[in-house]
Amino acid sequence: MGTLQSSLGQPQYVDLAEKTGFSFEQIGVLHKRFKQLSHNDDFLRRHNFNEIPDLACNPIRAQIIEAFFDRRNFANSGEGKVDEISFEEFLVVMSHFRPPSQRMTEEQRENVRREKLRFLFNMHDTDNDGTITLEEYRHVVEELLSRSGALGKETAKSIADAAMLEVASISVGHMEPDEFYEGITFEHFLKLLDGFEIESKMSIRFLNMDATTLCK
Amino acid sequence: MAGLGSARSGPIFVLLVLLFLPVCSSGPDVGPERNGTRGGPVQSEPEEPGHPRINGSANHKKAFPVLEVNYGYVRKPFEISLWILLALLMKLGFHIIPRVSHIVPESCLLIFVGLLVGGAIKAMKEKAPILDSKLFFLYLLPPIILDAGYFLPIRAFTENLGTILVFAVVGTLWNAFFIGGMMFAVCQIDVAMQSNKVDLLSSLLFGAIISAVDPVAVLAVFEEIHINELLYILVFGESLLNDAVTVVLYHLFEEFSHAGTVTVADALLGVVSFFVVSLGGVLVGVVYGVLGAFTSRFTSHSRVIEPLFVFLYSYMAYLSAEVFHLSGIMSLIACGVVMRPYVEANISHKSYTTIKYFLKMWSSVSETLIFIFLGVSTVEGPHNWNWIFVIFTLVLCLVSRVLGVVGLTFIINKFRIVKLTKKDQFIVAYGGLRGAIAFSLGFLLPDNNTKHMFLTAIITVIFFTVFVQGMTIRPLVELLAVKKKKETKRSINEEIHTQFLDHLLTGIEDICGHYGHHHWKDKLNRFNKTYVKKWLIAGERSSEPQLISFYNKLERKQAMMQVESGSAARLPTVVSTASMQNIQQTEPTRRRAIPSISKTREEEIRKILRSNLQKTRQRLRSYSRHDLFDPFEDNLSEVLFRRQRVEMERRMSHFLTVPAKRQETPSVRKVWFDAEHKIYTYDDGESPGGGAAQLKPRPPDATSLLDESVQRTNQSAESEKMKPSRCLSDPGPNTEEEEEAFLS
Repeated sequence: MGTLQSSLGQPQYVDLAEKTGFSFEQIGVLHKRFKQLSHNDDFLRRHNFNEIPDLACNPIRAQIIEAFFDRRNFANSGEGKVDEISFEEFLVVMSHFRPPSQRMTEEQRENVRREKLRFLFNMHDTDNDGTITLEEYRHVVEELLSRSGALGKETAKSIADAAMLEVASISVGHMEPDEFYEGITFEHFLKLLDGFEIESKMSIRFLNMDATTLCK
Repeated sequence: MAGLGSARSGPIFVLLVLLFLPVCSSGPDVGPERNGTRGGPVQSEPEEPGHPRINGSANHKKAFPVLEVNYGYVRKPFEISLWILLALLMKLGFHIIPRVSHIVPESCLLIFVGLLVGGAIKAMKEKAPILDSKLFFLYLLPPIILDAGYFLPIRAFTENLGTILVFAVVGTLWNAFFIGGMMFAVCQIDVAMQSNKVDLLSSLLFGAIISAVDPVAVLAVFEEIHINELLYILVFGESLLNDAVTVVLYHLFEEFSHAGTVTVADALLGVVSFFVVSLGGVLVGVVYGVLGAFTSRFTSHSRVIEPLFVFLYSYMAYLSAEVFHLSGIMSLIACGVVMRPYVEANISHKSYTTIKYFLKMWSSVSETLIFIFLGVSTVEGPHNWNWIFVIFTLVLCLVSRVLGVVGLTFIINKFRIVKLTKKDQFIVAYGGLRGAIAFSLGFLLPDNNTKHMFLTAIITVIFFTVFVQGMTIRPLVELLAVKKKKETKRSINEEIHTQFLDHLLTGIEDICGHYGHHHWKDKLNRFNKTYVKKWLIAGERSSEPQLISFYNKLERKQAMMQVESGSAARLPTVVSTASMQNIQQTEPTRRRAIPSISKTREEEIRKILRSNLQKTRQRLRSYSRHDLFDPFEDNLSEVLFRRQRVEMERRMSHFLTVPAKRQETPSVRKVWFDAEHKIYTYDDGESPGGGAAQLKPRPPDATSLLDESVQRTNQSAESEKMKPSRCLSDPGPNTEEEEEAFLS
């Protein structure tokens, strides 16, 4: 879909709006931001993300950036990574953070939950094998604690171990000493974060008006 | 049924006995002469064989009185203690009658008791103690507010701060003006009110007094219905923050009604005054909070007085704000909120428990006393019943509340991510209870006939809200199927993901390019971490990230649980037999009997240790605000000794046996984390995740206003039996050192 011109007409917006659920104003704002980040190019690359100063002090920056280039997060269920993304794909990734609309059936809400949790799962499962192994989980915790400096790997390991134990006990329950728990599958992940109300927590307010003047 | 009969007679008997006590105590209130006469006969009663009692004869040597009565000496503290004792015995009594306490909220019962007591005192023609405003505002109210503010769920509060502020400020203003205006109109129209003419300013004053939602009443009623956190924080937060509005309006209208006329300049000054009062109050609170946090940094050698600092700084914040007519409630809340994360990182575990206990205790006593006194004052106070006035006040209160909530929600929902549904609106409107603050403010008015009319109306409204709304809100909540408090456990996974989400959302906001909620929160956290924590938290704890402190607490809690359960072997149920072994399949192959302890071996040992330690029993818990449980911290040393012993045994077994099979099937830690102040009733044999535990989940307090490590709030694993032992006299440095040893 390389039909991005400098001024998108309404037809393209309609298409995107339908696909992602954003409103026209929101798409306009995000498009402006996209162009700002990509320096008016049609594609966004990793180094563009690295240029955002506020993102530099985020401990999980690398994972966030990777999430944008992960094919699993685009609408079609592909796999693997890409090196550059178009505006549509940018928008699709962003749409994972849209707040749920007020009038939603239970089923729709459940779908939204699954989608958001899928996004999170993909962020953790870096090797695309469908499970979060202990190593990957440890990596997550390490990244979270990476800003704390001295405390280092040991504690991160113990925390990750404890968390993994908990997942095992919640999902599988009784396990013989010989059995092996390979990793957190998506179903277990769903079960784990069952009470988390992710549909409202994992959302940000997308503005209808342009307020990007302050940030780079 | 026989049991019921005997159970019923018990509390009735208690009631009767107690009714006589305050009557007797208020006896000596009236004049010292009665005291003298009462003292007289008593003095002559006790037998002193061979002791001539000579009164009034100056020449004889007065015999040494073996037994004397001097009631006047202890009168005041005696009476105060008696009243408090009465209040608490009442509380005990209510729970003996289970059915009643389920239907009727405690506050109603207490007011009822107060009515009885007041009636009894009046029948004796004594003068009853009334709810003096000074007593109320200076002594009874602060503990409740401090308790509420200190344990405020910060995350929920800040997430909904906008909504809460709108309800508190705009809602209260609307209520005040609507009620005041309409009452004025009613008074003008109604002919029967000729004798009690009320002018506009007085009715506006009345509106201001009656419009504010009362935190004490809200707490008392909402605590028992276990409503979901959003609604709780909306109503409760509103009741706290509207204090500033009430203070300003009250003083404003009071001044104006003396002056007589109002100009535009006065109105503008009123607006300015509002900002001064609220922001000033918060500022005072913050200053004292920072002072308190800073002081707590140096208390490592005098742990025993740590709780006092918390209490005193908070109380000083309240009083200082009251000196300048700033909002004392907001100051108190700000102080508690600011102080808490830092203080909790600095003080010992015992001090933390002490603080919690004392706050709960004082607030419980205060609440009880307030309601009882309300009842007594009702019977006592001079009344001026005016049907029209009272009925209209009541109706207008309800109407204005509903209109206010509906109208404001309509506007607010445009800005909220999680919209408020009709059910939510109903509960918020219905939960607008009035309470003792309104009464005390009314009491401060100058004495005249209008005041009595006002007071009567206020009391009626309070009674209506507490009795009718308080009693019916529980069935209504059931009927409307309002979401209750979630029963989830706070687990380490949730904690990890909460933090993860925070960072993720901040990152996305940065990418989107607008500075939203998360961005500022993140900035605040970073500021807090780099500057504030270094100043206010002693030693190494200052650089401890939140996840680590959470994990530490978890470990500690597990240790407590094990202590509580007695010994590792005695645990009847095993939650799950998944263990570290199951997760790391590569490890067992390396477990051969190697004489030297390599690094990997140590790690394994640690892991086994951990998994072995985390045998827990699941417990079924139900909630109440006023109960507190203390982990067996006094037995912590015992746990740690046991741990070390286990470790030694493990080491031995590894050395001596070739295949490192474990002797017993280790159970896994059911890594859950209780929220604060819950009561737990115990139930064995719970399956994982299947327990119908009514746990109140504290949403991860990942960020407070100023701090990340607010995790101290989630102290947990509290059991009912507290065994006070003196084995650790100064627990502070000892405990921390033990914690460190465990983790390293």
